[in-house]
Amino acid sequence: MGAALVLVIVAIAVNNTWLLMFVHVAGGAAWTIIDLFLGLVLGPIMGRMSIPARVEFTTKLMPKVLLIMPTVVMMTLAGGWQLGTKLGTVLTGNPLHGWVVASFIVVGVMSVLALGLLEPANIAVLVELKKRRPKPQVIEHLMKRFIYCAGILGIMQVATLVIMTKLGAG
Amino acid sequence: MLGDRVSATSAHAETHAEPVRDPILDRKYPPVTALCMVSLALIVIGGIYLSAHLPQHVPLGPAIGLLVASAALFGVNVFLLARVRDFAWDRFFEVGKWSLLAYAIIGAMIEYAFVRNHVGGGALVVLTLSLAVFAVHVPTLVGFTVARYYDPEDELQAPSGPNGDHQ
Repeated sequence: MGAALVLVIVAIAVNNTWLLMFVHVAGGAAWTIIDLFLGLVLGPIMGRMSIPARVEFTTKLMPKVLLIMPTVVMMTLAGGWQLGTKLGTVLTGNPLHGWVVASFIVVGVMSVLALGLLEPANIAVLVELKKRRPKPQVIEHLMKRFIYCAGILGIMQVATLVIMTKLGAG
Repeated sequence: MLGDRVSATSAHAETHAEPVRDPILDRKYPPVTALCMVSLALIVIGGIYLSAHLPQHVPLGPAIGLLVASAALFGVNVFLLARVRDFAWDRFFEVGKWSLLAYAIIGAMIEYAFVRNHVGGGALVVLTLSLAVFAVHVPTLVGFTVARYYDPEDELQAPSGPNGDHQ
């Protein structure tokens, strides 16, 4: 995470188009792929696992997700905003401005879900796991949020792909 | 290992014929998460509205309306939560304060970016207030989600070992 943070700071400080593009695309690709993989591949598999197996799998997965996701989101958004400023697509007069606003809306929906539902659940699961006797029922109850959010996040990520490829094509 | 402990607990629970539902899950709370989500959505919509217009002139009416609605809804939420009996406030503040610190830093960084990008006047005031409202939402949600599953029995069961294993 430290290396990613340094890379983002350097990219913004030197304001180099290729470096900003690299940070934005690398972060965005990782964000989209991880979200879709978790939601569409791992999610249904976890849904068919027994509760103890699901809880154990979540126990191993959760700390990594809690570290990786904020990193890739930070890379994508910080790099993307700086890139939009440099290319002029954040200005209302730009012909692609509508697509940029659409990407704001998609990010807005994802951030409300991530900050309002998923992050509190992530932290509550970790707090539960630190207890001497973690309660599988509590973890299971919290994990339902991820199942509910997976579909919406998947749709938002597909929308992101449409918007970003349109912006890339000009 | 954490996972082993969870598995052991789960396996222990599964050996009993009837699944016993934890009373912690059945406690009734006001719709804090739902209200906070709506309130958070309002402030995010305001942020999208403003950032879609900046750096050009922004009509502030809609953003102010969304900000006031979000703050009012948040106030209602805090009021409802304050009326809950036997809520684990210690736990709420213990977790919420660190989350608040993180979001205060994030908010300050975003504010710095606005100032650096020459956002000023009414737009900066509305954005600053929106950031302040945003920065208290997530700590509230995190604190509430952790505190609602707090069970005083856990503290009683966990002897303090040499490893400081319990919290």
